[in-house]
Amino acid sequence: MKSTTQPLIELKNVVKRYPMGTTWFTALEAIDLTVEKGEFTGIVGPSGSGKTTLLNIIGSLDSPTEGSAQVLGHFIEKLSHKEAARLRNHHLGFIFQTYNLLPVYTVYENVEFPLLLLGLSNDERKKMVLDALEWVGLTDKMKSRPAQLSGGESQRVAIARAVVKKPELVLADEPTANLDAENSHHILKAMVRLNQELGTTYLFSTHDEKVIQYLRRKITLFDGKIASDDVMTPQGG
Amino acid sequence: MIRFLLKGLLRDRSRSLFPILTVTAGVMATSLGHSWFNGALGGMITTTANFQTGYVKVMSRAYAELSDEMPNDLALVEVEALLDELENAYPEWQFTPRIHFGGLLDIPDEHGETRSQAPTMGFAVDLLNPDAGELKRLKINESIVRGRAPQQPNEILVADELARKLEVEPGQVATIISSTMNGSMAFFNFTVSGTVNFGILALDRGSIIADIRGARRALDMEDAAGEIVGFMPGDNYRDETAQALADDFNARYSYTEDQFSPTMVTLADQNGNRWILDMVGAMGSILVTIFIIVMSLVLWNSGLMGSLRRYGEIGVRLAIGESHGQIYRAMLLESVLIGIMGSIIGTAIGVSLGLWIQSHGIDIGSMMKESSIMMDNVIRTKVTTTTWYIGFIPGLLATFIGTAFAGIGIYRRQTASLFKELEV
Repeated sequence: MKSTTQPLIELKNVVKRYPMGTTWFTALEAIDLTVEKGEFTGIVGPSGSGKTTLLNIIGSLDSPTEGSAQVLGHFIEKLSHKEAARLRNHHLGFIFQTYNLLPVYTVYENVEFPLLLLGLSNDERKKMVLDALEWVGLTDKMKSRPAQLSGGESQRVAIARAVVKKPELVLADEPTANLDAENSHHILKAMVRLNQELGTTYLFSTHDEKVIQYLRRKITLFDGKIASDDVMTPQGG
Repeated sequence: MIRFLLKGLLRDRSRSLFPILTVTAGVMATSLGHSWFNGALGGMITTTANFQTGYVKVMSRAYAELSDEMPNDLALVEVEALLDELENAYPEWQFTPRIHFGGLLDIPDEHGETRSQAPTMGFAVDLLNPDAGELKRLKINESIVRGRAPQQPNEILVADELARKLEVEPGQVATIISSTMNGSMAFFNFTVSGTVNFGILALDRGSIIADIRGARRALDMEDAAGEIVGFMPGDNYRDETAQALADDFNARYSYTEDQFSPTMVTLADQNGNRWILDMVGAMGSILVTIFIIVMSLVLWNSGLMGSLRRYGEIGVRLAIGESHGQIYRAMLLESVLIGIMGSIIGTAIGVSLGLWIQSHGIDIGSMMKESSIMMDNVIRTKVTTTTWYIGFIPGLLATFIGTAFAGIGIYRRQTASLFKELEV
């Protein structure tokens, strides 16, 4: 299953079709894409352009109908459910638009959860959770419940949860969609810093201008195809 | 991970409270029901054995065929020899003769004329020999309302209700008008030594208790008895032991066709008692099965509701990297934790109630007014070792089965649409 190719992500001629009545809807068409380690890249485009579908495939939540999607040396189309879960558990972090924190657990416990799945010891978990909360500036809120946090704080907890295990790749779907401008910049600056300090690769799905100004690479999708792939000069960081 | 799940259960009441309440209620009902049936049916068996059937009963074959009529003309004779034979052959058992008889209880005035009269059922047992154990078995001393237990063969106890109706007091004379073993008329003057209330309506309505020596004199039944009842050591009736004894005894008399030769029957083979015994034996399994089915259905439904409510959480966990199997197993583990908590609480409540009713009893006398069933008016539960754990069977199984069914939906959850689903 493992290959010897170097890029973090390498998609070759990826096609994704969904059944739609008696016909098929093509969400992605002939996508060729390479993402190197340490990139801070955004996939932009209008609604229905295929951003989330592409993120799903790269995140091993879905597999391509045709073509090959290689992530961290794993061919997504060949992974079983269990192997895909293992890839996500060990190497990928996810940030959702609506935070999706577990409401009955504290900030500390939410961030700790991915580490429990990795079977780490209590001491290891404690150190990693405290580090992650320090990265996002929420050490003083570790005993709070999600309901006691603002939207910006909740998303910072979600970021801490995504990066606590120091994954190679973080996938973020519209991470600032529910945040005001100030909180959005705060969040993006935190992610830029983690990208630089930890070398984590970030891949966003977004159409938020505030996010776009922080990107170093912008891939524009239109009707399931890559319309442009531009190197950017970040303005926000 | 268990600590993590436990925290979630304790903090999220909607996830734990209803299932725990359901399990608690079911386990409590199972545990209390078990002690109730143990006590009520077990008590009925013990009362029936003590007052009516013994654990085994020896009668003449002819008497056995018509035992409902208690025909003393078909009673056993040469009873002392038969008792010796039984005691020698089965020394661990206790045997004692009894006579049942019917008649009129006549209370004379100071001139010897009838002052009051009523039909009565006579019950003659060995009251004067403390080794026979009848005083204790029939709780005579505890049941005396007025007066004392008989100390002479010609003394009797009269049911208190009957004594009040006939306006007879301890120390007064009461005449029994009955028939002798040979079919002639029997008149015998007894002295009322006291009145009794057994708390068993079938007896308390109109019976008299006599010592067997007095009854033998009154009914011309010297060295005879309607029946010899036998009791095994210990409090509980064991059908296999009783049946083995009866088979062995009956084999001794299999050579003869004589209708007056003795035959032994067990408690189970008298008065339709086998059904009650089978019921007592099966009640634990019946209760457990009923509560497993009912609670599983309820918890299945609650598990489905819980899965809907936790849709987002399950989605995040799938995205983070938990497999379907891991989430399913975690839910089963949660259900076991709920099952354990509910079972502990339910057992504590059920056993506490059981112990309280065992100690205080529940008086059902008003419901038994027209009944002729041989049972105490006060029903008591009986908490046994089984009562302490029987509730855990439905408690744990039902939560596990309910969650196992409810959780199957997790395997149908597609990861491909998680981002879309989690946007909501």
